[in-house]
Amino acid sequence: MPGLADATLLAAVALGSVRGASALLRASWPRRSPATAILLWQALGLAGGLAAVGAFIAVGVAPRDSSVAGGAAAMAARLANGQFLQPRQPIAVTLIQAACLTAGLALLTLLCWVLILAFAGVLQARRRQRELLALLAHGDPKVPGALVVDYPAAAAYCLPGLRSKIVVSVGTLDLLCPAELAAVIAHERAHLRARHDLVLIPFTSLRRAFPRSRVVAQAQRSVALLIEMLADDRARRARPARELATALLRFGTSGASFAPAGALAVAEGEITARVARLLTPPPPLSRRAHLAIWLAAGLLTVTPIILLTMP
Amino acid sequence: MTTVNRLGELERAIMEVLWETDKPLTVREVSGGLTQRNLAHTTVMTVLDRLAKKGFARRERDGRAWRYRPAATREAYVAELMLTALDQTGDRSAALARFAQSVSGAEATVLRDALEQIEGNGGKT
Repeated sequence: MPGLADATLLAAVALGSVRGASALLRASWPRRSPATAILLWQALGLAGGLAAVGAFIAVGVAPRDSSVAGGAAAMAARLANGQFLQPRQPIAVTLIQAACLTAGLALLTLLCWVLILAFAGVLQARRRQRELLALLAHGDPKVPGALVVDYPAAAAYCLPGLRSKIVVSVGTLDLLCPAELAAVIAHERAHLRARHDLVLIPFTSLRRAFPRSRVVAQAQRSVALLIEMLADDRARRARPARELATALLRFGTSGASFAPAGALAVAEGEITARVARLLTPPPPLSRRAHLAIWLAAGLLTVTPIILLTMP
Repeated sequence: MTTVNRLGELERAIMEVLWETDKPLTVREVSGGLTQRNLAHTTVMTVLDRLAKKGFARRERDGRAWRYRPAATREAYVAELMLTALDQTGDRSAALARFAQSVSGAEATVLRDALEQIEGNGGKT
């Protein structure tokens, strides 16, 4: 049947994105250039999603005489006219096509819906945080520019948004020396300035869409860690790396519990990875490698768009 | 902007008054508990109503007056605030960006050793 070539190519791009994600999870270079790795993750996510939706729809609207997008529009017009069956086509083929079309539209709806839900949830949680902070938090000369909450455990975070805030607990003030505190604030300020939260939200929502997928869960965790590394790098420009590293170590060990030795076989943890990176920074990728990755990310994003819009 | 800030300050001051006692207070009693004494009765009432709408205060009829009390203790609100901040897995986790989470088990031991090693090389900065 004509038009299935595009569907095959789109399916290949979708599967390739999943393969690429697995490869990127195993790669060790991302911690050398977190920003570039995040860009590649975004390209993989966008291309994978577009291609998967597009592949289903391409099968659904074949045969067609224009692009997949044009075919979908023509199909919609035909359905709106009440013309459900293609002339001279076996009923089984029509059923398969209808199933693919439904799957494609369902996937598209799911992806958009989880993204909307994630944004709504985030905005609501932030509003509640701001309301509570207005009643409970106070300033402290030890941390200018941050809000302090009377809570004994160590906690430091930022609330991104138009009215962004940096919050630390009293436990944090007790735990860290002034230089370490300044490093933590610099780290949080980097998150706020670069709006890292907007990068993370699509991956968090993807995780909600596919809660059983290991690749998606690992991808989300990987992006979250890369974002932390990015903020560490930014903070290191203003503060000595050592202070940020010891702040991280103090934070990590601030939980009072000593679990029985060997109870958990922990793979390298996130704090360990960040501290190692701060104390012995790995060399960033070469300019040529950067270019290659950017090019790959660009091609990856453009390919499904071309496949969907070119006849 | 200044009005919003002033209202925020007032909400906070009034919650402090409500948190300080066990019994529900009338608007007049709340006014009396505030350090800023020259506030109009209606201003205090408006702010109390705002707090009730936001769910921070509850009000109940007492004869012809309303009495207000906090919907939860200060500690409960702090716990809610920090729970979101410390929670790593929930859906709320994307709402804010944490600096780091404390860990336990083998990783905590590794981190403790690393910290001792760094501190040994020159003490706390």
